Amino acid sequence: MSSNPNESAGPVTMMQAPLYLQYRFTAGTSSLSFLHAIKRGRLIGRRCPGCESVYIPCRGSCARCGVATCDNIELTDEGVIDKFTVVHIPIPNNPIKPPFVVAHIRLNGADNAFHHLIGEVDNDKVKLGMKVKAVWRPESEWDYGLDNIRYFKPLGGEHD
Amino acid sequence: MTDIAIVSYAQAPMVRDAGCANEVELIMPVINEALQACGLARTDIDFVCSGSADYLQGAPFAFVAGVDALGAFPPIKESHVEMDAAWALYECYLKMLAGDIDSALIYGFGKSSPGNLPEVLSLQLDPYYLQPLCPDSVSLAALQARAMLDAGRCTREQMNEVVINSRRQAQKNPRAQLRKPVSQEQLQAEVDWIAPLKKSDCCPISDGASALVICRESQAREMGLPYARVVGMDHRIESHMLGFRDLTDSPSARNAAKSAGLHNNIEAAELHAPFSHQEILLRQSLGLSENVDINPSGGALAGNVMMAAGLDRIGSMAAAILRGDYKFGLAHATSGPCLQQNLVTILEAA
Amino acid sequence: MANHAAVIGVGQVKYQTQRDDVSIAGLVREAAQNALDDAQLEWSDIDAVVIGKAPDMFEGHMMPELYLADALCATNKPILRVHTAGSVGGSTAIVAASHVQSGVFERVLTVAYEKQSESNAMWALSSKQPFATHLNAGAGGFFAPLIREYIQRSNAPAEVGMQVAVKDRLHALRNPLAHLHMPDIDLATVEASPMLWEPLRFLESCPSSDGACAMIIGSERAAAASPKKPAWIRGTAMRSEPTNFAGREQVNPQAGIDCAKDVYRQAGIQNPRKDLDTAEIYVPFSWYEPMWLENLGFCDIGEGWKLTLEGATSLPEGGDIPWNCSGGVLSTNPIGASGMIRFAEAAQQVRGLAGDYQVEGTQLALGHAYGGGAQFFSMWVVGAEKQ
Ligand SMILES: [Zn+2]
Repeated sequence: MSSNPNESAGPVTMMQAPLYLQYRFTAGTSSLSFLHAIKRGRLIGRRCPGCESVYIPCRGSCARCGVATCDNIELTDEGVIDKFTVVHIPIPNNPIKPPFVVAHIRLNGADNAFHHLIGEVDNDKVKLGMKVKAVWRPESEWDYGLDNIRYFKPLGGEHD
Repeated sequence: MTDIAIVSYAQAPMVRDAGCANEVELIMPVINEALQACGLARTDIDFVCSGSADYLQGAPFAFVAGVDALGAFPPIKESHVEMDAAWALYECYLKMLAGDIDSALIYGFGKSSPGNLPEVLSLQLDPYYLQPLCPDSVSLAALQARAMLDAGRCTREQMNEVVINSRRQAQKNPRAQLRKPVSQEQLQAEVDWIAPLKKSDCCPISDGASALVICRESQAREMGLPYARVVGMDHRIESHMLGFRDLTDSPSARNAAKSAGLHNNIEAAELHAPFSHQEILLRQSLGLSENVDINPSGGALAGNVMMAAGLDRIGSMAAAILRGDYKFGLAHATSGPCLQQNLVTILEAA
Repeated sequence: MANHAAVIGVGQVKYQTQRDDVSIAGLVREAAQNALDDAQLEWSDIDAVVIGKAPDMFEGHMMPELYLADALCATNKPILRVHTAGSVGGSTAIVAASHVQSGVFERVLTVAYEKQSESNAMWALSSKQPFATHLNAGAGGFFAPLIREYIQRSNAPAEVGMQVAVKDRLHALRNPLAHLHMPDIDLATVEASPMLWEPLRFLESCPSSDGACAMIIGSERAAAASPKKPAWIRGTAMRSEPTNFAGREQVNPQAGIDCAKDVYRQAGIQNPRKDLDTAEIYVPFSWYEPMWLENLGFCDIGEGWKLTLEGATSLPEGGDIPWNCSGGVLSTNPIGASGMIRFAEAAQQVRGLAGDYQVEGTQLALGHAYGGGAQFFSMWVVGAEKQ
């Protein structure tokens, strides 16, 4: 019998093996118009040649028809709250302080909704169907992403 | 023998970098091309199954985005393997045998250009004992090549011949990525990369997508479609521990081939060999004679789209049979380090 | 017509937040060994292996079938890995069933697992992309708006969700393997738990668990030779629809409706509430019980919450259609395995092997899983009789 010097040390139950992989993210050809536009503070969606639905942001197809979207459609930064929740969960390092409202926002003229924040209104005053308008970050901070919009706020006078 | 017919195969051009094309943009054209080629509508397809791997482009749920290319409303019967799409075809093959479905669309896609593929593939290894050492996929293949050379199972010249043949065959394949002819002299002059492998011994890194359509033979005949019949399919895996394996042999490929219906009349084989020595190894393990044409498409050395390359072997062999080039063919797909897992499909002309 | 197939062995593990006593391979093998023991079979009796799990990024390990081949004694056998997001545990079982129904295999081992404690799943799912704002809201941030929409449409009272949370935890007390055992659970405890995503409180949400679930699926002949009662697979169905398209009904998704209709047709079910004896349904957030009651046709649209309030889905209250007697996803959630646990628990009910949470005399049971943005569905119906 050989004696094992580590016998008394107990089992090894955890080891750290951190992984670092670098990726060069690519966004998709049909997303270019959206990304270039939002960098300039404008909103571009795309239309399905089949059912004529307008998607923003658009990833290249109308998922319902399974066909490539074609025309670029400029949209305003106003829309309605399609669905929402008030998020209370404290997530470490989250720069957004809970509670905050996450809503599905459907821009006027668009047929899909995307997730965004709602601001400048008490959380308990937010309602389904409420009309909202984007509040943009300062132009100097604009990059290629929906984060250029800080949040959406109720359109003045339209809510009770 | 089954009554399963491969009626259509489409492949996007294999390229080193598909630029900013996303999943949908990679997949949609090949799906449309495969369906148009056989005249089936999406609504005629009973089942869709795909193969892809999230780590290639570094974002989870790549296959979910893929569904956006399918026009999946009303909802469709659909599944996905985090494997090469050859295994997606296998899933459909079983469902056909079970009588669950009578047709299927299979697609695979891979976009490896955003990351460092040999490093990414090290994530396939035992996460406790191997992966933390980060052995990359090319280095592991080089170990196998060394073992082949040392055991006298192949020579440097034979490895060069594999590369020369791949490039020669690829000239006929407009979708191939590497098509420039090379000579024995050029290859001899090439410096080692990860010894004993030279760069030419290794498949290129490719972006792309492919799609394939199967249905019942009776339906193919009714529609007047040319088709290749699936005689059989099977796959086997070996130990993950390289030290437990004889790296110069592939019993898993051999057993899968036997079970899939390997016979002596095979005229051509599409072998998924991402490294030149692996083609020699597979030929030997499968007992393919000198008369068997290897990789009429150029094979993986001419372009290797991860998660589609195995399906490409099957599609390419089916296409060659449809062209009338061969009556009996074999197609092989692999997964994992040093040919750990192997799938074999035996095909024949209708 | 497909060959018959049956569940002839089920194996699970003790679910907990962190299984630091085993590696990934050890965890998966433990469940598989338990399934073999249940079926009184040896590793050499297994012809093929089908594994499933959620994204590879949960453990930071790519294509794990390669590494797990040894632990699952799969060398020189076929092994296949399924991934269909949250529904994967169910889809994996269905693919394993296909292996047997094809007539190619006699006995197939299928395993699904997740060992989230080995990595940071939250990180894995939140790689930053320019098409979405970085909301840091978690999975509940996606589903809570749909739940609010459901409540608005159906006028359901606020306590429905809390009642599901209590009911499933009371069920879990009967299941020694369940992750959460909360003997003192009641409505007041749920109500007092922190609000996470309105209207979902902490105790109305699923935990994060390490765990694995395995089944042996056998042919008619294998089932005849099996010492314990088999659960016959009477129908299997899968449906997918895209995450996001114009006019998509997200609260009551068509893919779920179609999938249920398909599996009921195969199993000869006319009225699911009457014809099924029990069901194991993927309910990761409390309110998904009434939502799926409606989606799966157990009642009319807008009525699901009434069944919950009446106690129809509760085992201790003697409900006519007990749901999630094992404690459900709300009590145990190793993501990639959660769907297979539903399928396996349905099988245990028809085998009469569900122990303290057995629904007496179960003849037909439904197993259900869903995933992605409530867009991928897999279901099976298992029966005590072959047909
Ligand atoms: Zn459309």
